[in-house]
Amino acid sequence: MPDIDPYILARAQFAANISFHILFPSITMGLAWILLFFRLRFTTSGDKHWEHAYHFWVKIFALSFAIGVVSGITMSFQFGTNWPGFMERTGNISGPLLGYEVLTAFFLEATFLGVMLFGKNRVSNKVHLLACALVAVGTSLSAFWILSLNSWMQTPTGYTIENGVFYVDSWTAVIFNPSFPYRLAHMMTATMLTAAFLVMGVSAWRMKQKVDGPGTAKIFKAMAVMAMIFAPLQVVIGDLHGLNTLAHQPAKIAAIEGVWETERGVPFTVFGFPDEDTRTTRFALEIPYAASWILTHDINGEVRGLNEFEGEHPPVAIVFWSFRVMVGIGMLMILVSWWAGWELFKRKQKPSTWLLNAASWMTFSGWVAVLAGWYVTEIGRQPWIVHGLLTSAEVVADHSSGIMLSTFTGYMALYVFILVSYIATLRYMATKPAASLLAMDQVPGQATHQQPAKGA
Amino acid sequence: MDLDFWLPLFFAGAMGLALLIYVVLDGYDLGIGILLPFAEDSEKDIMIAAIGPFWDANETWIVLGIGILLIAFPQAHGQILTAMYIPVTLMLMGLILRGIAFDFRAKAIAHRKDMWNAIFAIGSLITAVSQGWMLGTYITGLGQSGISYLFSVLIAVTLPALYILLGSAWLLIKTEDELFDKALGWAKKSILPMGAALLLVSLATPLISETIADKWFSFPEGLRLLPIPLLSMATFAGLLWLLSDQKTLRSGREWLLYAGLILLCVLAALGLAYSILPDIIIGQMTIWESASSTKSLLFTFWGTAIVLPAIIAYTFFVYRIFSGKATALTYE
Ligand code: HDD
Ligand code: HEM
Ligand code: HEM
Repeated sequence: MPDIDPYILARAQFAANISFHILFPSITMGLAWILLFFRLRFTTSGDKHWEHAYHFWVKIFALSFAIGVVSGITMSFQFGTNWPGFMERTGNISGPLLGYEVLTAFFLEATFLGVMLFGKNRVSNKVHLLACALVAVGTSLSAFWILSLNSWMQTPTGYTIENGVFYVDSWTAVIFNPSFPYRLAHMMTATMLTAAFLVMGVSAWRMKQKVDGPGTAKIFKAMAVMAMIFAPLQVVIGDLHGLNTLAHQPAKIAAIEGVWETERGVPFTVFGFPDEDTRTTRFALEIPYAASWILTHDINGEVRGLNEFEGEHPPVAIVFWSFRVMVGIGMLMILVSWWAGWELFKRKQKPSTWLLNAASWMTFSGWVAVLAGWYVTEIGRQPWIVHGLLTSAEVVADHSSGIMLSTFTGYMALYVFILVSYIATLRYMATKPAASLLAMDQVPGQATHQQPAKGA
Repeated sequence: MDLDFWLPLFFAGAMGLALLIYVVLDGYDLGIGILLPFAEDSEKDIMIAAIGPFWDANETWIVLGIGILLIAFPQAHGQILTAMYIPVTLMLMGLILRGIAFDFRAKAIAHRKDMWNAIFAIGSLITAVSQGWMLGTYITGLGQSGISYLFSVLIAVTLPALYILLGSAWLLIKTEDELFDKALGWAKKSILPMGAALLLVSLATPLISETIADKWFSFPEGLRLLPIPLLSMATFAGLLWLLSDQKTLRSGREWLLYAGLILLCVLAALGLAYSILPDIIIGQMTIWESASSTKSLLFTFWGTAIVLPAIIAYTFFVYRIFSGKATALTYE
């Protein structure tokens, strides 16, 4: 077997798995609330369109949820199989946080999902609404706990270390560590945006293909409003998040901004190619003083550069670029949602073809931004696994690279297959005329061959 | 009260309970998955409907079981999962395949449905076999010798038989008419292999592990164990009778088979617990040596003590909602 460093493979495998996993939570968490909204609108207004919207999207929700669950189970095992040292050292802290996630979130969402999906005619409308709400609460609770743990790994507080093992001093300090509020707010807004643009994009596509039902325009509008609110909000939260990171992880910010030397009056690099060998950014397009101003709110403020973190800063180029992808998509999201708002409300017209095209191109933009954001956060933390205290290399498992390579290949093949099937299925469902979609209610099972539904 | 002593014991119990519930619950839907290829197309939909609302929550019990291992016994967690790297990876892939196939088959284009049915069955089988392999590896104290491999293989082929039986028993509760008869047939076919295999496993356990042999065959401590094999044999005989007589099962008491299997699983779990405790890795590490700090355990203890009963309560609530025979399931 080729002697690829098993440590690199362990990292690559973990990164591939979590990247795959997060695609689905970032849809389901937002979509769960959107579905609840559809159901509530129907209950209060009696307008059948919301009911149809719910029927259509609950199927996609179920599919996304299932993939989220099975890839999540993989994640919980990977802590043990790839980073056994992580649990041995930080088990006193990460164990309970993960445990509370299982106890308070996973069971809640998994159990009531059954009622949400299959129980509508078996329980009263109130109980069904309650089930939808509990699923939404469950998914968000799970974000609460896992992000708390991840934030603690970025900005650890409330612990003591004895013989290399972490012990808890204060649970409040561990759970509500300094970066947690920002990360939770930023991630929840991200998932709202991801789901809103998915729903908007598919609806736009259906309108373009002329397979839309009467409710499609309504959904499109509702999602545009949602995105109009959340997209600008995300910029504000992101900015605050960045300032917080500056206080706790200055090396990460130096990499994000591509600042090589500590300086005053630092320009903001819009584009460029950071090169770690020469310690310069080639072809840099710069806005003078902007970085100093964003980070210190003073055009002559001092920004600490990468030179202060020799050997302890993350790889620069990938962090630098991921950040720009995320922010770029954030800006596009503002643009498209406000454009939609302007057409729908100010000019009171049907969405133009241009708008529909733009919206359908943005269908999966949330995915790209979420992944880019997580790469900034996680790769920006390297070489640490717990910032400043424990390196990833210290906790890796010692599997042979042959085994790691084959399981890695297996996972990748599986994930590509699932992603292709997922998108093909979305496309297939989105292309079906609204009428036949209503007949597609019988699921799982008779989706494709007709059979009178008996009872249920 | 001595928390250092009791908390690890509590969590070992909770972990055992979670895994036992997992086997009993996810066992039936994995079993149904394995049986899927043997049914007619129209019956397949009913079989899937019989597990539709439940499989996700069922699967969560293994997350809890492994979760407790991680929360309460971090030292053992890393070692156990590292040693089981290959079967764990296989199991995860099986679970992934099964989980996605379940949902995709319902939305797929008609001619793809057969493919998803096949993936569903294969995923279930891989999961069952690798869980058997994991159990085998665990019981041999993570041994790497030839005989421990043999033993792991033995359990790897046993566990599917148990799951198939659980699946058939669940189908008896959930179906009628022809499918009901088929399920009875499947149950009849799988009960003897399962019995034989269980017996082999029980015999092999003390053979492979001296620690366990000591506990079983020392006098008089061994006597305390005696009720377990005796009760198991009685239960097994009862199940055999149920299946050959059939009158009871056909007269509205079809749940008896499933109930009997639960009893059998509980007895097996008790036997295992008796053999293994207080070790967490047999012959290498006790639960106290591998436990988290008492402060962390206490923090989780309160959560578990409050939330676990709630989980069990709402699980019952949901099973009540979906009680009765399965009909073609719809996303209403
Ligand atoms: C911000 C959100 C978020 C993040 C960062 C993660 N997850 Fe996740 N996870 C969820 C949000 C979520 C969710 C929304 O709760 C899911 C996704 C879809 C779903 O069905 O539940 C879920 C499912 C899910 C499941 C299955 C739950 C079940 O049985 O119902 C497990 C075991 C995990 N996750 C474990 C992890 C681990 C170990 C992670 C980190 C390394 C992780 N997740 C990152
Ligand atoms: C959900 C979105 C997430 C994404 C996309 C993500 C992405 C990544 C990536 C790309 C790496 C590899 C970095 C590198 O090796 O260069 C990584 C490492 C890691 N992340 Fe995350 N991560 C996410 C969430 C989390 C969470 C919630 C946790 C823990 C609670 C976590 C824990 C870890 C650990 C333990 C490593 C491995 C050790 C290391 O390389 O530092 N991640 N992640
Ligand atoms: C447009 C302005 C935005 C700014 C200024 C911004 C800022 C940031 C910063 C500084 C981080 C890294 C924090 C750290 O590692 O400590 C981050 C992470 C992240 N961003 Fe953004 N962001 C923006 C837009 C978006 C958008 C539109 C999305 C997705 C729809 C998004 C999703 C994420 C995610 C998922 C993470 C990783 C989780 C976290 O650390 O919060 N961001 N963002």
